[in-house]
Amino acid sequence: MKARVTVSLKPGVLDPQGRAIQHALEGLGFPDVAEVRVGKVIELDVADGTTEDQVADMARKLLANTVIENFKVELA
Amino acid sequence: MKTAVVVFPGSNCDRDLAVALELITGVKPAMLWHDDTELPAGLELIALPGGFSHGDYLRSGAIAARAPIMREVIEAAGKGTPVLGICNGFQVLTEAGLLPGALMRNAGLDFVCRDVALEVVTTETPFTKGYQPGETIRIPVAHHDGNFQADADTLDRLEQQGQVAFRYAEEVNGSARQIAGILNAKGNVLGMMPHPERVVEQAHGNTDGRKLFEGLLNVLA
Repeated sequence: MKARVTVSLKPGVLDPQGRAIQHALEGLGFPDVAEVRVGKVIELDVADGTTEDQVADMARKLLANTVIENFKVELA
Repeated sequence: MKTAVVVFPGSNCDRDLAVALELITGVKPAMLWHDDTELPAGLELIALPGGFSHGDYLRSGAIAARAPIMREVIEAAGKGTPVLGICNGFQVLTEAGLLPGALMRNAGLDFVCRDVALEVVTTETPFTKGYQPGETIRIPVAHHDGNFQADADTLDRLEQQGQVAFRYAEEVNGSARQIAGILNAKGNVLGMMPHPERVVEQAHGNTDGRKLFEGLLNVLA
């Protein structure tokens, strides 16, 4: 089965990459983008029966740095 | 003084650090591999070098921080052994939870590689004993992810408890409160983005990094 962990910067944490992308979008004729935040999606192929808690544990221990990032776990 | 340098796949300042340590202590440091599961007995300093451990995959320092040797480093740090993390070594220390905060992409997005002016904020640690309080020194930086960030409470605590070791005396990478190097609460773990090991002999054009290692040697030897 697949698990998907979405890692995003916490609100308020400065995202210089997001800001650069926003400026580039502006240059491409998309002036109405107020903010861009860059995160990551990590897809895991895990054993059947793996629980959301187990994947969340992986996220807390490695996949996300909870000092600056939030994460969301989805099982499919 | 018995020292060790921890080498991760992708470290690239390990040799420079070893050369500096040998120059100043007179003893070759033990070179430890990330997979090692024990530390030599009687270490007086564990140093984590700069570089791009594991290709900076996931986050700078994230994978190295979970290496087998780091369990031993964390235990030794808990017992008071001095631990110095430079550049990627600093990133590893924050990822390992030995130091607070995180090192994010430089605010200007550029890789910054140049000499920078630093203020020595505290000399009340074995790492900075060799300097004068408030002294300005010049040490090179070379990093892409040196933008130190932590929540306001953590930053206040670092400042109030004398855990800020070095501050940039100029704008470098967007770090909160211009922080260039921090200590843990006990003062035996220092992480810093600038590279003191690159300025230890006259041939380097500057010897401002030397006092860091000499100060340690005087305190520990």
